[in-house]
Amino acid sequence: MVKIGVLALQGAVREHVESLEAPDCEVSVVKRIEQLDELDGLVFPGGESTTMRRLIDKYHFREPLQQFAAAEKPVFGTCAGLILMAEDITGEPEGHLQLMDMEVERNAFGRQRESFETTLSVKGVGDDIEAVFIRAPLIKSVGDEVEILCEYNGEIVAARQNHLLACSYHPELTKDTRFHQYFVQMVRESKEAASTVTAAP
Amino acid sequence: MADRGTDRVKRGMAEMQKGGVIMDVVNGEQAKIAEEAGAVAVMALERVPSDIRAAGGVARMADPTIVEEVMNAVSIPVMAKARIGHIVEARVLEALGADYIDESEVLTPADDVYHMDKNEFTVPFVCGCRDLGEALRRIGEGASMLRTKGEPGTGNIVEAVRHMRMVQSQIKKVANMSKDELMTEAKNLGAPYELLLDIQENGKLPVVNFAAGGIATPADAALMMELGADGVFVGSGIFKSENPAKFARSIVEATTHYQDYELIGQLSKDLGTAMKGIEMSTLDPSQRMQDRSE
Repeated sequence: MVKIGVLALQGAVREHVESLEAPDCEVSVVKRIEQLDELDGLVFPGGESTTMRRLIDKYHFREPLQQFAAAEKPVFGTCAGLILMAEDITGEPEGHLQLMDMEVERNAFGRQRESFETTLSVKGVGDDIEAVFIRAPLIKSVGDEVEILCEYNGEIVAARQNHLLACSYHPELTKDTRFHQYFVQMVRESKEAASTVTAAP
Repeated sequence: MADRGTDRVKRGMAEMQKGGVIMDVVNGEQAKIAEEAGAVAVMALERVPSDIRAAGGVARMADPTIVEEVMNAVSIPVMAKARIGHIVEARVLEALGADYIDESEVLTPADDVYHMDKNEFTVPFVCGCRDLGEALRRIGEGASMLRTKGEPGTGNIVEAVRHMRMVQSQIKKVANMSKDELMTEAKNLGAPYELLLDIQENGKLPVVNFAAGGIATPADAALMMELGADGVFVGSGIFKSENPAKFARSIVEATTHYQDYELIGQLSKDLGTAMKGIEMSTLDPSQRMQDRSE
């Protein structure tokens, strides 16, 4: 059994909870720091990154979230969640949680009228994956340790850095759960690896 | 291939606002205060509802200069209001780049019979509702988000509570009906049959439903969340209070942690005077904005 939490300070939480569903996966909604202790993986949902950042600061979530990632527990962010994870944000002095070695640009496609949906091939996940982009960010550049999982029109829209996973669109708004199940598998593997280490003599 | 303006793209935008507060602002400076306080979006207006109420006369779409000023001031989504049935105001706001349009009874209706066919637009719409029939008629016309009508600009929560409870109880009723009862219920509610079928299958509305119209304190916002709102609109409450920045922050926190009563108690301290408010029985029927459309 793995336990995955969805950070619920603001945003589309329920959709992630539904997409993460698996027989061996217990999903919870996270509003308080102490809930992080019992989790094997964490999801940052879509929403408004400025609102989430304010609430993260207000409730002193920043360090505990950074420690969670530093303990090599898997973290997955979509859209605003990806923005929270980035080391750098174009035009801003620094990133929010600075977990992942990448620079992202907010609202990179323009305003809501430019929002769209399409289908994508994502490395290691599958083909014809439905992707909904809503006032979406783009990954402008990535560090050496980051693997690019998907590009759209030559721009990076999904990436992985070891135990960290991020995409600029919303897999949680579709019935296609392959991307979420890819993350659930990351959490299973990470938990297994951790227990092997602990069990070693 | 990229498809714009699909139901999923338009409704999804509102899904991202869940658990958040959308604040009425009349200029760039207020918009910045709202963004700084943690608003998920702002509604750009020429006047907040209580001032519209006080001014009387015909209330129209805001001057595009104001909408542009607000869009330039913040990075969060910007909404704007068009008069009910005013296709051209809505098209102008879409052309300006507004992220969401509120076809709103707060403005003086341009059409006293028909709402707009919102399916024709790329930009998503939010509309007001007092009951499930009204909610589903608006969705049928293409609204991607709903809000209670409440009674705007009164600082009195009673109408928003009535509308939220009404919609929630009617959803429960439909969800528990057998399929052969739905057509008659559709007739009784004046709602599209297919949408009732959807509710019966999924047990919820197919779009997000926020609370609006009379929210004046952090406790009011939390109350609406408790009653099942997906988020809240705060109109006159914030910038008519003594300390807007503090007030705005408190409403945002009370919405996130709506069941943390100790916290809401803390948030409610020393906020200064909330807006005075209007008792419903003293409001002349002709001044009731919620009755301007069905």
